Amino acid sequence: MQLYVNGQMVEVNSDPDTPLLWVIRDELGMTGTKFGCGLAQCGACSVMLDGKIVRSCVTPLSSVGDAQVTTIEAIEADPVGQRVVEKWIAHQVPQCGYCQSGQVMAATALLKENAKPSRDEIAAAMVNLCRCGTYNVINDAMLDLAGLGANKGETL
Amino acid sequence: MNDHDPTPACDLAGDSPQNLSRRRFLQTSAGVATGALVIGMGIPLQPARAAGAAQMAPGTNVPAFLEIRPDNRVRFLSPFNEGGQGIFTGMAQIVGEELDADPESFIVENAPAGHDYLVVFGKMRITGGSFSTRSSYTTMRKLGALARNMLLQAAATRMNAPIGELTTEPGHVIHKSTGQKIAYGDLAKDALDLPVPDPKSVTLKDPKDFRWIRQPLKRLDVPEKSTGKAIYAMDCKVEGMLHAAVQHAPRLGLKPGVVRNLDEVKAMKGVHSVHKLDGAVAVVAERFWVAKLGADALQVDWQEPSAAEKAKIRYMPADFSTEAFTRQLMETKGDGKEAETHGDLKSAFASAGKTVSATYHSQYVHHAQLEPASTLARFNADGTLDIWLPNQAPEQFQAQIAKTAGLKLEQVNIHSPILGGFFGRHFLYPGANPYPQAVALSKATGRPVKVIWTREQEFLRDPLRPMAAVRFRGALDASGMPVAIEAISACEGPAESLNGHNPNKVDSNAVEGLTGKAYAIPNRRIAQVYVKNPTSLAYWRSVGHSMNDFLYEGFLDEMADAGGKDPYALRLKLLEGNDRLTTLLKAVGELSGGWKRGPFTAPDGSRRARGVAMASPFGSEAAAIAEVSLNAAGKVVVHDVWEAIDPGSIVNPGIIKLQAMSAATLGVSQVLMEQVVYKNGEPEARNYDLYPILPPDRAPRIHVKVVESGAQMGGIGEPPLPAVPAAIANAVSTLTGKRVRSMPLDKLSLAT
Ligand code: FES
Ligand code: FES
Repeated sequence: MQLYVNGQMVEVNSDPDTPLLWVIRDELGMTGTKFGCGLAQCGACSVMLDGKIVRSCVTPLSSVGDAQVTTIEAIEADPVGQRVVEKWIAHQVPQCGYCQSGQVMAATALLKENAKPSRDEIAAAMVNLCRCGTYNVINDAMLDLAGLGANKGETL
Repeated sequence: MNDHDPTPACDLAGDSPQNLSRRRFLQTSAGVATGALVIGMGIPLQPARAAGAAQMAPGTNVPAFLEIRPDNRVRFLSPFNEGGQGIFTGMAQIVGEELDADPESFIVENAPAGHDYLVVFGKMRITGGSFSTRSSYTTMRKLGALARNMLLQAAATRMNAPIGELTTEPGHVIHKSTGQKIAYGDLAKDALDLPVPDPKSVTLKDPKDFRWIRQPLKRLDVPEKSTGKAIYAMDCKVEGMLHAAVQHAPRLGLKPGVVRNLDEVKAMKGVHSVHKLDGAVAVVAERFWVAKLGADALQVDWQEPSAAEKAKIRYMPADFSTEAFTRQLMETKGDGKEAETHGDLKSAFASAGKTVSATYHSQYVHHAQLEPASTLARFNADGTLDIWLPNQAPEQFQAQIAKTAGLKLEQVNIHSPILGGFFGRHFLYPGANPYPQAVALSKATGRPVKVIWTREQEFLRDPLRPMAAVRFRGALDASGMPVAIEAISACEGPAESLNGHNPNKVDSNAVEGLTGKAYAIPNRRIAQVYVKNPTSLAYWRSVGHSMNDFLYEGFLDEMADAGGKDPYALRLKLLEGNDRLTTLLKAVGELSGGWKRGPFTAPDGSRRARGVAMASPFGSEAAAIAEVSLNAAGKVVVHDVWEAIDPGSIVNPGIIKLQAMSAATLGVSQVLMEQVVYKNGEPEARNYDLYPILPPDRAPRIHVKVVESGAQMGGIGEPPLPAVPAAIANAVSTLTGKRVRSMPLDKLSLAT
C-alpha cells in the first residue's frame, strides 16, 4: 500500500486494519508520534491528514488513502509549525514532553485553518491531555500565537 | 538538549557494547583514544576507574560524569533522570557554575548504574522524594570545581605558567599577563587524564558571584520535546528486535493455565510466538500491533495460586471492592501506633470548651503518566544484557534484573531514557515493572524484545497511592482557639507495603502531612492503625502528603468554624512567631488580591468562595488559596489557584514556577476527579475513559509566587501539590455549606 507521509510517498505492508500510529512508529520507524491510550482519549498520537488533526491510534491505515499524512517529524518544514515550535520554546511549554508532539500538532492544525483563533476556538481545539499540567503555558503560547496579547513569558 | 544528535539513543546500541564501553572519557588510565572524539548519546559508558582501583566517594570521579568535546560542548552524565522536572537543566546550571562553562553548552544524559552516581546524601541514587537538587547541590558544585581545577592544571603545563596566575571565563582558561587563552575543549584530553584532586582542596564560589545559579535559564530539553525528537523508553529500538504485548492476569497472583485458543493465536499473521509468563501471557511479533491483537485475543484460563504462593505475593482476592474496603477503614477502631505526640491530650479534652470530631478519607489514585510502561531487553554475545527501561533508581533495577536474569551485576547495562512522566511510577514494584517479561522473552526467543504495556495493561498493574481513613477530634478553648488535635489514620503506607510491615513502627510515609504540621496546637497526637491492603501500593507525587494535608487542613477548617474563626486568620494566629510561614501565608493572601472567603458573587454573576490550606512537604513550605463555583450540573469549577512556595533557596526560579504549576494541576486533578474503583477484585477503569484525568477545560489559572526565605534547600517537584486539594475542598465547603470530607469532588452531590 502507498502512503504519503511528510511529503514523500512510502510503500507500507502493514495490515489495512493497523492503526496509522503503529504504521508510523513501527514500520516507518518515526517515534515522534506517541502512544498514550490507543482509545482516542489523550491525543498524544495526533497527526495531520490533509492538514486536519486526527488521532492516529484510531485511524486505520485503510482509511488514509492518498491523504497527506504530516507527523511531528516534519513540523518545522511547515512555516506555521515552525512558529508553533518557536512559541513552545519561548513559553517553555513541555515538561516530560510526552504529550507535546500531539499538542504541537493540534496547535499547528488549528492555526493553519484559522490564523487568528479566538479564546473559545483555542479552547475547542486544544483538548489533548497533559499529565504534567502544562495547560496554562499551552494557553499562553496559543494566545501569543493568535495575537491575543498573551502575557508572553509571564510564566517565567 | 540544546542540540540533538541525529542518531537516537538506543539505535546506537546496535554497535558492540564491548567497544563502546571502552570509550576513553570514562577511563582514567592514559593512552586510550582521546575522549574528545567520543560521540554517541546514550552509550553505556562505564564508570571510570581501572579495575581494582579504590572506589572514590560518589560524585567526585570527574571523568565518570564529564566529557568536554573539541567544540567546547560539555557532556554530563546525570545521576538523576529527567521526567519533566527540569533536573538536567538544573544539574547543568550547578555543575556549569563551578566549572565555569555555560549551561547551554551542556548535553545531559542519564548516567549508567554505578557507585560514582550514588550522590543522594552520598549513598544512594533515586530520582524521587524531591531529593535531587537538595541532596546533591554541594556535591555537584564540587564536581564542577574539581573539573575546573583539572583544566587549570592542564593549562598551567601547556601555558608554562603558575596555576595561581590562571583564571577562567566561560569555557576558557586565561593567563592574563601573557595573553594566553585556551578553550576547555583543547585541554580536556590532558585535564581528564589527571588524577582527580582531593575534594577538600577546592573552594566553591561565593554565591554573590553566581552567574547562572538562581537565574531562570531556559530548559535544555525543551527544543527536542517540542519537535518530537526526544527519545523515551517506548521509542527505543535495536537491530533484530521483536515486539511483545501481554495480557495480564485480571487479578495479581493468578497464574496462566490453558490458553484455549493457543493455536489460533499462534497462527495469526505476523505472530512469532506465544509465551506463558509470571502472571501474564505474552504474544511476540515482528510488529507491536500484531502482538497487541494477539494478546487481546488470548483466551486464558487463569488459575488461583496455592496458599503458599498467595503468601509470597500481594494476592488480589476475587471479592475485593474499594467500596467495602473504604467502609472497613472508616470503621477501623483502636488508638494506633503513635507517630507524633505533644502536650497532654487527655486533660486538654477534659477541660475543653468545645470538641469537634469527624472521619475523613482519601482514595486510591493512579499515576497515569502519559507514557505507559515498556522495556527493551537484549542479550549480547558476550553474555551481557542491555536493558532500556523507564526507572527512577538504576542501581536498584540493576541488582534486581541481575537476579532475574541470573547474571552478575556488571553484566547488566541499565539504560535510563528520559521519562514520559513518572510521579513515583517507575520504582521497583512487584508485578508492576515490565522488565521480567522483557528478560524472559528475550531469553526465550534469542532476540532483543521490546515489551509495551497498553494503557489497559498499565492500569491493571499500576500500583496505587494508598487510601486512608482518618478519625479526627479536636478541642477548643473558651475563646474558640484549637488547643488539642488527635488524628488516627487507618492506612498502610507505601514503604511498609513494599518492604514489609514492622509492627513496632509507623510508616512515616503513611502519616506525613498529619505529622509535621507547624500550627501551634499545644496538645496533639498523631497515630497510625495498620490495615493491610490487597492492592499493590506505591509512591505517588508527594506521597503521604498528597492525601494527608487534604485530610488535616479540612478538619482544621472545621475547627475554625466550630470556634467561630476565619480559617485564614486562624492559621495566621496559629503560626504566630513563625516568621517563615507567616510571610508565606501573607504572600499567598496578597497574591490572591487579599484574603476573602465568601461566598460572594463574582462579576459574571456566579456564586463563588475561596479556601486556604498549607503544607510542609519535603523540606519546603507551601500555601494555597483556591476560588471555586459550581456549574449548572453541580460540578465544581476551579477558577484560580494562587500558591506561594518557599523551597528555602533556589537554583532556577523559572523551573520552580513551572513545577509548581505542574504539581498544583495534579492536585486539582486528584481532588476533582480521580479515584480507582475496584469491584470483584478488578479495577473498573482500564483507560482514561473511565479514569479521567484533568482535561484542559477544567484546568484553573494557576498563579505562583516563589518566596526564597534562605532556609535550607527543600524539594520542588512534589511540595506544591498537597496544599491545593485542601484549598479547593475548603472553598467548596464554604460555598455549599456542606463539609467535604473525601475526594474526588465529582463523585459527591454538592448542589445546594
Ligand atoms: S494514543 Fe491516540 S488518543 Fe491517546
Ligand atoms: S508534558 Fe508530560 S504529559 Fe504533557
